Formats: sequence, structure tokens, C-alpha cells
Amino acid sequence: MTISQLEITHDELKHLVSERAQTGETLLLNMGPQHPSTHGVLRLLLELDGEIVVNCIPDIGFLHTGIEKNMEAKTYEKAEVMTDRLDYLNTMGNNLAYCLAVEKLVDLDVPERAQAIRVIFAELQRIASHLVWLGTHALDLAAMSMFFYCLNQRERILDIMEMCAGQRMMTTYFRPGGLWRDVPAEFVPAVRAFIDSFPAEVDLYEGLLDKNPIFLDRTKGIGIYTAEEGIAWGITGPSLRGSGIAYDLRKEEPYSGYEQYDFEVCTEDAGDVYARYRVRMREFRESLKIVRQALDKLPGGAVRSNNRKFVPPPRAELGESMEAVIHHFKLWTEGFPAPKNSIYMPVESPRGELGVLLEGDGGPKPYRCHWRTPSFVNLQILPKISKGCYVADLVAIIGSIDIVLGDTDR
Amino acid sequence: MVIDWVLVLEWVVKSILLVFILLTGFAYTTFYERKLAALIQLRIGPNRAGPGGWLQPAADGVKLIFKEEFTPAEAYKFVFVLAPIITVVPAIVIMAVVPWGDMVNLFGRMVPLYLADINVAVLYILSVASVSVYGIVLAGWASNNKYAMLGGLRSSAQMLSYELALGLAFIGPILIAGSMSLMDIVEAQRNVWFIVYQPLGAIIFYIAMLAEVNRAPFDMPEAEQELTAGYHTEYSGMKFSLFFMGEYIKMAAVSGIFASLFLGGFRGPFVDQLPGLGPLYFFLKIVASLGVMIWIRATMPRLRYDRLMAFGWKVLLPLALLNVLVTAVVIVALGL
Repeated sequence: MTISQLEITHDELKHLVSERAQTGETLLLNMGPQHPSTHGVLRLLLELDGEIVVNCIPDIGFLHTGIEKNMEAKTYEKAEVMTDRLDYLNTMGNNLAYCLAVEKLVDLDVPERAQAIRVIFAELQRIASHLVWLGTHALDLAAMSMFFYCLNQRERILDIMEMCAGQRMMTTYFRPGGLWRDVPAEFVPAVRAFIDSFPAEVDLYEGLLDKNPIFLDRTKGIGIYTAEEGIAWGITGPSLRGSGIAYDLRKEEPYSGYEQYDFEVCTEDAGDVYARYRVRMREFRESLKIVRQALDKLPGGAVRSNNRKFVPPPRAELGESMEAVIHHFKLWTEGFPAPKNSIYMPVESPRGELGVLLEGDGGPKPYRCHWRTPSFVNLQILPKISKGCYVADLVAIIGSIDIVLGDTDR
Repeated sequence: MVIDWVLVLEWVVKSILLVFILLTGFAYTTFYERKLAALIQLRIGPNRAGPGGWLQPAADGVKLIFKEEFTPAEAYKFVFVLAPIITVVPAIVIMAVVPWGDMVNLFGRMVPLYLADINVAVLYILSVASVSVYGIVLAGWASNNKYAMLGGLRSSAQMLSYELALGLAFIGPILIAGSMSLMDIVEAQRNVWFIVYQPLGAIIFYIAMLAEVNRAPFDMPEAEQELTAGYHTEYSGMKFSLFFMGEYIKMAAVSGIFASLFLGGFRGPFVDQLPGLGPLYFFLKIVASLGVMIWIRATMPRLRYDRLMAFGWKVLLPLALLNVLVTAVVIVALGL
């Protein structure tokens, strides 16, 4: 098939593929958006010489939701439900980034207890996200069973989320100023049961993959980028730490009390698919460490700020206080105003630096809300590192940079 | 042997029986795979159709029959239809030379429990088994689909890398038994299975056999995660299920050959007294071999296809040659 038969016109493509594609010497293969290994609806236009990738052109936008724009039409509090839908494997993390941004914009305090619970959930969410990554990454290399083992464990985390937020994925549990409500009594035992039994599971995963010669063969020396290249391309998160840079926003710019916890930033030096795999495997244990510390010193008290200008009063107050009724009415109809200011709040998502740029214009709705999403930025290096690899390696590389298309397209 | 009408009838009945067993056996091999893989993967597996899900294969069959038979617009129609047939027929006829029992006395007549005991059975197996690869290559080419074509290309590259080792792995048992007839080879294992004399040969054979039937970790031609469905991307309905059938029947067939070459075939305790036990032992050995195949599929990641070629040529072939050499030298030295 020649270029002209594809849906993109010849001229649009000419600069992206080699001369040889125009004579039909190399094969143009459309991989995705419906393909088992593109992790959603990523479309890759591949120029193949036999099975060797000559050029790889990612085409995104198939999951464009317009969430950023939609958020401008909602009040600060109501816009939060949309953040769950961005990176659907890191819902609590998105909530956290957004809430921290709103709190930074309007200068709102968050009680200690809420901060600790936020950290617990952010880390559980990181484990859940890494579990999906590990399952699908192994599945891409045809190690089927890993997928089921990982999703079984993820289910336990989703159960904990459901217990507290009533929802498994789209929780909207963190709210500006704290949490929606306090965690139930069963929360602490459930999390403890999980963190006690999970290390054995990680051992199992490592036992299945770490020394498996086929897995090593498929991941070592594949998709290499150096630390300089990683920084130049703006890569963050485990994908950058796999190239030896100990950059983690939880350490660099601690938020939500991360400075109180003792954990290690995992790095590997090789910069290949295997190094990125190792980094994430080690992060399972570090996340567990953080959760354990947070559980141990979980402070008591309120889980939401008492600042009635931003946080609606509890129902019980409505019958007693005129002030409360006014606040309730104002907050749920008009919303709270934010000053004319522009702030940027980055957090460490399971995929890298997740940043929210929030601009207030004095009114109750954001003037602009932009998300700097790690999947979008990390994906950019794909064409560079996939040149000259096999189609089978390409699948491994896509898995190793851990993209979520909801995060990429917004 | 005099050829009379009873003998012809006997052959016809045995052929029909064999085909029937293979075709239903295929359906239950898929069920076996789904249940065993579910067990390994901490799932339940199919359990809705019939008690314990036992009617699932029937439900699958009915579904596939009623599916639309789709042929891509620019496909080469004749080859497109021919390819699944080429895949499935060798898989069925390969079992003709595999003995599944000794002589039994039925209605006062000595009936051998195999279709044909030909003296070049091993050559027959090798030649027939390689024919089905053409089905895959042709399917990939005739579909007018790039993924299918890549699957077909991989299949031919794969065949080049394992066929030699597979052929050489046959030689060990042939040398020890001194015959190419599978019946003779099975008889020679009356006391000791050849897997004891030929452990390396058995391992090489098993690996090459996984590649022969396109099973994980050598399932590159259909590598779902890379080529969506490889050579059968464009196939649907019964044409697709013919490929499926070809794969699973061949799994059972090569397991039967493996059992005959290395695990003593239908031989087992008390077979001489009760010849009816032969098919049972044979069946159990096939089930065990299939179980290992399913287990491997549930645990192993897939090899890259260039690595399979390197593995075939640089590891399997030299080892198989060494195995043949050592076997031959030992046989000559011991004067067997």
C-alpha cells in the first residue's frame, strides 16, 4: 500500500517517513488506535523494514475529552469530579494535585489528619497504578498470568477506596480543604492487612519475571535513553529514574507532609526497559513503607478545614446557625471566589510530574486550568527510542514508559 | 494379510472413530486449556454453559458456525479459503501412523488399534507436519492485511529455525529402536522409556514441537500483543475455527508423537494382559503433555522472532547434532 491510500495525505506525511516509504520499499503499518498493546487509543504509524521499525509516528487525540476547557465552566469545587477522568489509573492522585492547587490558589489550610490520609491514598493509588502497569506490561510480552495476579491485588486497593469514598475508581474523595468525610473504622485494619500481605506478592512477581531468561532477553538493552536525553525530553517519574536521575517531587518539593516520611528514591542506571521495570518494582516497597509510617502516626482530629468561606458547613450546623445556612447556600450555588492569580502545583504521579496550572480571575470559576501530564510528555521520546527496534520491542517500550491515554489527551 | 470387506470396514470405522475423537477432543482441549489456565491464574474459567461449564465447547462451536464469514475485499479468495484447509488436514492425518494400542480381540477378530503401521512413519510425520505451515503462510499472504502478512513471514522464519532440530530429535529413538515405524519404537520401550536414554533429545523435541504448533513461547505468527492476531486477523466464523482446530488437534497429535517416541506410547503396566488399557495410558500421556504446554503458555513471556531463529540455529541444532552423535557412538560402542 502506498501512502496515498492512507487517510492522511501524502504531503502531511512526507517529512515524517523515509524516502523508501514512497517507493513501497518499506511498509507503512497503522498500529492502533484499536490495538491490544497501545494501552488505550494511541495510534502509531510505523514504517517497517521487515520487522524493524524505521520510523514511528505517534498520533494522539483519540481520547480527547476537553476536560481542561470544561473545567473553566464549573466552580472550583464542582470541577473536581472531572479530574478523576483524566488519568483513570491515578484518580486519587489527580484529585490530590487539583485540591493542592486550589488550596494554594485560595490559601486554604488542610488538617493534619487529612494530609496523612491523603498520603496513604496517594501511595495506595501509586501501587494500584503500578500494578496495572506491571500486569499490562507483562501481558504485552505475553506473560499472561501476571495480569491476573496484579489485577487481583489491585482489586483489594479498589475495595479500600470503595469503603471510604463509595466509589472504586472515580472517587473525588479529596476535596479542597481536606477530605469529603473521615475514613470508616475498618479503614486502618484493611490497609494494614493489605500492606502486610502485599510484600509477598511483590516477591512472587519478581520471582516470575526477574530471572526469567525470556523476560530479560525482551527487556534488557531495549529502548535506551540516557539521563541527559531524558532531561532534555522532559521525562519525569520512574521513566527518568530508570536512567539514573533521582528526581522525585515527593523529595524535591514535598507536599501534603511527604517530608515527614522516610523513603528512598529508587533509581537504576541502565536506562532500558528492564531498568524502568526495576524502578517501579522497587517503588512498590517504598510506597508500602510510606503507607506504614503514615498509618503509624495517623493523627486524630478533623479531616476538613474549618474555613467556612471555602468549606461547606456540616449538615448538623444548618439547623442551628443562620451563618451556616448562608455559607451553604453561597458555596453550593455560586461557589467560592479565587483571587486573580496564577499558580502551578506539581505532584509526583505514578507516571511522573503531574502539574496543575490554575489561574483565578476573582470569580468562582477558574479562568484557566491546564494540566501538565506525564503521559503526554513522556510519550514524546517514543519515536526516538523505537528507531531500529523490532515490532515486538516497540510493544515492550510502550509498556515501559507507562502511558495512560486519558492522561495524554485530556 | 488378506484384504476382505471386513478389513475395509474395520479401516473405515477406525478412521471415522479417529477423526471423531480428534474433532471432539479438539473442543475439549480448548476447554482443558481454559480451565487449567484459569486455575494457574487464580480465576474460575468457563462455568456457565452446562454443569461445570462442560458444554462451553459446544456453545463456542455453535457461535462460530453462526458467525458471519467475512472475506476482505482484496483478498485472494481461492487461497484465502484453501489456507485453513491446508492447516487442519495435516493435523488430522498425522495421527494415522501413531499407534494408540496393541492388538485387541473384537468379535472374534484380532483388530490392531492403529490405522497404519508404515515403516517410514517418522518421515511421514515430518513431511505432513510441515505442510500445515503453508496454510499459515498462505493465510497471511492471501488476507491482504499487513498484520497477517507479518504473521505469515514470521511463520516461515520460525519453520526454518526449528524443523532441523525437530528432525534430528527423531533420530535418537530411531537409532535405539532400529526402526522408523512408531509401532516398533513403542515396542522397543517395553521396559524402559526412551526419555531415560534420550533426556536431551526429549527436551529438544518438546521445544521444537512447541514451535511446530505455534504455542507460547513461540506463538509469534499470531502474537496477539504485537500483530493483533497475526495470520488469522482477517478470518472469522468457521474459517477461523479451522485454524483454531488445526492448532489444537496438532497439539494433541504432536503430544501423541512425543508420547510414542519418548514416553512409551500406549505401553504401561498390565497392557499385555489387558490390551484395552493401551488407549487409556496413551490418552493420559497426551493429557499430561498438553497440560505442560498449557502451563508453559500461562507462565512464559514470548520470545522475539529473531531470538527464536538464533535459538534454533545456535542452540537447538548443535545440541541435537551432539545428541545424535553421542547416541550413535554409544550404540556402536556397545554393539547394540
